[in-house]
Amino acid sequence: MTTIAEMPAGFSDKVLSAQSTFRSVMDAMARPGSIQRIVAAGAPLGMMPGAAAIALTLFDHDTPIWLDSKMSAGPDVGKWLKFHTSAPVVADSSMASFALIGDPQSLPALERFAFGSNEYPDRSTTLILQVESLSDGPVVELQGPGIDGTAGLHASLQPRDLFERLSINAALFPRGIDVVLVHDDSIVAIPRTTRLVKKG
Amino acid sequence: MAGNESLADQSGTQARRKAAMAVLAHSATADIAGHLADIALPAHEDLREPENGLVMVRGRIGGDGVPFNLGEVTVSRAAVRLSTGEVGFGYTLGRDREKARLIALCDAMVQSDKLVAAIEDKVVAPLRVAMIERQNRKAAETAATRVDFYTLVRDEG
Repeated sequence: MTTIAEMPAGFSDKVLSAQSTFRSVMDAMARPGSIQRIVAAGAPLGMMPGAAAIALTLFDHDTPIWLDSKMSAGPDVGKWLKFHTSAPVVADSSMASFALIGDPQSLPALERFAFGSNEYPDRSTTLILQVESLSDGPVVELQGPGIDGTAGLHASLQPRDLFERLSINAALFPRGIDVVLVHDDSIVAIPRTTRLVKKG
Repeated sequence: MAGNESLADQSGTQARRKAAMAVLAHSATADIAGHLADIALPAHEDLREPENGLVMVRGRIGGDGVPFNLGEVTVSRAAVRLSTGEVGFGYTLGRDREKARLIALCDAMVQSDKLVAAIEDKVVAPLRVAMIERQNRKAAETAATRVDFYTLVRDEG
């Protein structure tokens, strides 16, 4: 068990690192499918540096967090999140503002997360998926706002049917689920308006 | 960190930390920094960068009054970890982030068996003397303006 004495530190420069991470996430959301880099922060065991930096930037006491079974396997991630972000960790995924997924293979059905309401579509769960790679793998072609024509994404996506599952976003709009894929210090965002064109 | 320490030992450290905190919170940043400069600082890192926030202060009028929200005050807090593993926390009123960091550093050093003597003798003790002196002076100044009221019994004849 990790004691506080062994816990990884947060950002070394809180303000500037959080601003630059926020910028990266915003750019990723504005240009779906593009790879953005993130300044790495200290991360607890089981969490990638990119996911940790997003957590330090976006999580606070108003954003309930849901952890999948891999993230919550040890006490490290929960304790680290509590110390650095003071975000409450909830057991009910439909209450969460963010869901941290360490093992995307066993991603629960999307219906178990919050879609927001028609009045407040922003009250949905943003999924943060840690994937194996964002640089090689089959090509996925994406289309939608923020993409000129189509954008190709080389990624070993997990779960394999991620985009099939995300197709519910089309019917739900303006409600829906936003996804951020993280590998190491790279991130790719798939906002709810992005559609799959072709799968390689 | 704890574990093997006996209970008495733990409460001793706890009491020492409390006493040090009471002094440090009432001392000026420059004074703490000045005294800290006298001792060799161990290697340390900021576990939690100093940050500002607000806390709600509750008040009561009289001993039996109903608690109410008096207002919010600014606080600064920080956490510092020594390379040997001790983690110190610093909280202080106001927005002085450096003070919160110095208090956290002192708190961490108070927990270290090797450094506790140095920090107690060179930092906390002189600051405590200065604090008590300040309090006494204030009390004397206040006492000089004291007025005693007498209730005279009026003769209604």
